[in-house]
Amino acid sequence: MAKLPENTLEVIEQFGPHLAYAQGARLDTDTEPDKLVKTHCCFCGQQCGIQLKVKDEKVIGFEPWYEFPFNKGMLCPKGVKRYLQSGHPDRLLTAYERDEKSPSGFRAMSYDDAIKRVASEIDRIQTQYGKDAFSILSGASLTTEKTYVMGIFAHMCLQTSNIDYNGRLCMVSAGAGNKKAFGVDRAANSWADIHKAEVIWISGANIAECAPITTDYVWQAREQGAKVIVVDPRITPIARTCDLFLPVKPGRDIALFNGVLQLMIENDWLDHDFIDNHTVGFEALAEHVAQWTPRKTAEVTGISEKGIRQAAEMWGTASTSFLMHARGIEHHSHGVQNVLGAINIVLASGRIGRPYCGYGTITGQANGQGGREHGQKCDQLPGGRDLGNPEHREHIAKIWDMDVNDMPQPGVDAYEILRKVDKGEIKGMLSICFNPVVSLPDNNYVRKMLEKLEFFVSIDFFMNETARQADIVLPGSLHEEDEGTVTQLEGRVIKINKAVECPGDAKEDWKIIQDIAKALDREKGFTFQSPREIWDELRVASAGGVSDYAGISYEKIEKQYGVFWPCPSDDHPGTPRLFEPGSWNPIAKGAGPFYFPDGKARFNVAPYTPPAEVTDDEYPIILTTGRVVSMFLSGTQTRRIGPLVDQYPEPRLELHPQLADKLGIADNDWVKVESRRGDATIRAMVVRTIRPDTVFMPYHWAGRKSANQLTIAAQDPISKIPEYKVCAVKVRKADGPPEYDGVLEPQQ
Amino acid sequence: MSVPAKLEFFMDASRCIGCQACVQACAECDTHKGHSLIQLDVVNRGYSTQTVPVVCLHCDSPTCAEVCPADAIKKTGDGVVQTARKPRCIACNNCVLACPFGIPKMNTEAELMMKCDMCYDRTSEGLKPMCASVCPSQALFFGTREEMEKMRPRSRPNNKFQFGHQQITTKVNVMVPRESQAEYVDVTSAMNEDTSGKSIFLNMLEEDE
Repeated sequence: MAKLPENTLEVIEQFGPHLAYAQGARLDTDTEPDKLVKTHCCFCGQQCGIQLKVKDEKVIGFEPWYEFPFNKGMLCPKGVKRYLQSGHPDRLLTAYERDEKSPSGFRAMSYDDAIKRVASEIDRIQTQYGKDAFSILSGASLTTEKTYVMGIFAHMCLQTSNIDYNGRLCMVSAGAGNKKAFGVDRAANSWADIHKAEVIWISGANIAECAPITTDYVWQAREQGAKVIVVDPRITPIARTCDLFLPVKPGRDIALFNGVLQLMIENDWLDHDFIDNHTVGFEALAEHVAQWTPRKTAEVTGISEKGIRQAAEMWGTASTSFLMHARGIEHHSHGVQNVLGAINIVLASGRIGRPYCGYGTITGQANGQGGREHGQKCDQLPGGRDLGNPEHREHIAKIWDMDVNDMPQPGVDAYEILRKVDKGEIKGMLSICFNPVVSLPDNNYVRKMLEKLEFFVSIDFFMNETARQADIVLPGSLHEEDEGTVTQLEGRVIKINKAVECPGDAKEDWKIIQDIAKALDREKGFTFQSPREIWDELRVASAGGVSDYAGISYEKIEKQYGVFWPCPSDDHPGTPRLFEPGSWNPIAKGAGPFYFPDGKARFNVAPYTPPAEVTDDEYPIILTTGRVVSMFLSGTQTRRIGPLVDQYPEPRLELHPQLADKLGIADNDWVKVESRRGDATIRAMVVRTIRPDTVFMPYHWAGRKSANQLTIAAQDPISKIPEYKVCAVKVRKADGPPEYDGVLEPQQ
Repeated sequence: MSVPAKLEFFMDASRCIGCQACVQACAECDTHKGHSLIQLDVVNRGYSTQTVPVVCLHCDSPTCAEVCPADAIKKTGDGVVQTARKPRCIACNNCVLACPFGIPKMNTEAELMMKCDMCYDRTSEGLKPMCASVCPSQALFFGTREEMEKMRPRSRPNNKFQFGHQQITTKVNVMVPRESQAEYVDVTSAMNEDTSGKSIFLNMLEEDE
């Protein structure tokens, strides 16, 4: 069905990505905006406060929001230029349906007809093949209200097990690790605890490019004398001036954590009181890590023995500390084990639940935290509850006023959904806020699976590479066209405010979902009139759960500049720091600060296993992927913003001069990178800031420029996160420029 | 309105992460909308991620103004050296060539020298300039000297520079390690001839293998 037109150039000509630059009112120096709207950035998990300047229903610029405590006016280049997405020439203003005869592959259709068609196809597929034959892919850049609606849509309206979200590519390893160790999945501290930590440990987090505002927190700690340890295969900008840089070989982080713990034990750099009173499982772990001598750790991690000893001493002897990690240790087929390894050295130090003693995972997407709590994950119900837990099912079924027997059982992860398409078990799909054709590994397979669907509908504001494959495209809402909450990387719930109305036939995403439910004649539970109504129901649904939002009103968020969950009642101020001595939670019920019945944290044995694909004679080089500062994720938005594209126009392959010399490659040469799954020809960037056995490619581009043509679809057995950070490739100087050179613009 | 005397600009290259938020935000300021006038120098990407942001240092005796044949460049009473005045600027490029810091830029389309004016519309009202507002690493900071001393005990502000025999004092401060002195190195001090500057040892850089 949903096959792309032969000539993608015509699709690009009509739908972009084209570049927007400031012009007209955006350049006039004397234009007074109609209003300034206090809201947040539409991109990463930090959710910086920003004020949008609005003139004639268009966002024309920004003004720093100095009072918002997290970023105090600071922004990265993406936040500065995000206003250029408003009123963009590529903005979808109507619904579209596939038209094989149209050169662009689509023709415009009325919104109502599109909704009817979607409803009738869902009904047909579910009637013919069963309820689970229709699947949903959702996203963690949606507001929490929208993610709650997506959960209801799947679990009550369509009664399909098969919903999952793009946080599967992002936060699930951290989430699973945190749940295993702490019983709860949230950064343990607000970032304010970074400021006076004595040691900052940063593993697999390119903070300067992916969470730039966090840099100031780290630097501020350093000004007060903090030592900064950075573990990364590349000397990223945050690593440039750190006190200790550990150039870990991609995929070997757990060995480092085990090795550091072994040295902590050997030198008795342990908090015995904390271990004895607040944890279980230390002895088994100690026994396991005894094998991780500095020599063995060095051999596996590729880090000098001296560096490992220094790190252990810095970490072991500190009295306060903050450990942060991100996708660098999580995007692995053993991502959960890496996370557990990191948590083990935190717990062994006893430095958690106190001022300046912190731990946190840096979320990727805007609502990376809130988007993983309220029901759009394949095994989840609102309030961080489990779809497989009978008590939890009863609780939510009651709130939704549905028969619990109609509630589906847990489904499968996003990639497995595609494999089910392959097996013929899934025939239809609705996708929102997810661009799997760019963002999933081995994306040639992804494209084929979308082609295999009988019916595919995409809700989006731009015709991204995934929407291009849809049978119907529904025009959804941009960030500034709706209101709602998101939970940022500290666990702070903040409020997105509407700046402009949806243009043309475009609608707020939750309204589109409700319109589909109505057309299906399954309106029950879908008569919300506003995000506030959704929010108020969500607060009730989350009450008593681990992620308790009951006491968080829109008014309280505004008054307090955000509210940290858990916040179980109206008079509760919220909880910036988890696990404080004497704190109460609904699992431990006063037995201790951690979210287990005994109130104790868990040490977990985290054995080392190599990556799914190790290098060999044929594919001798490690490929690792990541981000650049001016681009965001699959680039649906940032590849349409001119100044951001100009800053880093096209993907480049970073490689060390030692490797480049061996391969006869000079800076800026066209090089061909090949894995067992695909290849890409891009320009080389020869730098001494990367391990010589590793090459790096950013993943924001589509088609033949996409890094995910090469990556492997191996997944962590627990979290199901894909192994984006390691696969085996070969690299050579290309015979000539790629076919796209001179044909496509950089962003296309 | 003028820039309050207690508010000063501080640049600290050791903090810079090269994200270009300053470059992007500079073009959003109402006094020079659409024109980014800050420079972000990439030192040598092959070797390091080091980058250095450079705003106009706003010299006490601005060389750009001194060499301007049309008297187009003015310093306001608060010490901010302004972009050339349009009716006077003859686009001769003297200022571009003479500035020891390489700040002024010639906008050939407008036939006008443009330079960082410290976001005069903002700073003259007590607001932070765009670059220092957004800078995620606060390599660019705008505030009081007291705040700076409290927040950054490891470094100190320097505003005295030496170019050959020209001594320059600037309104903008560059953060340097606290222990360092504002001395300058004369190349002749390491030559096998009579020294004209202070006698020092230069560390010879090793050849790259």
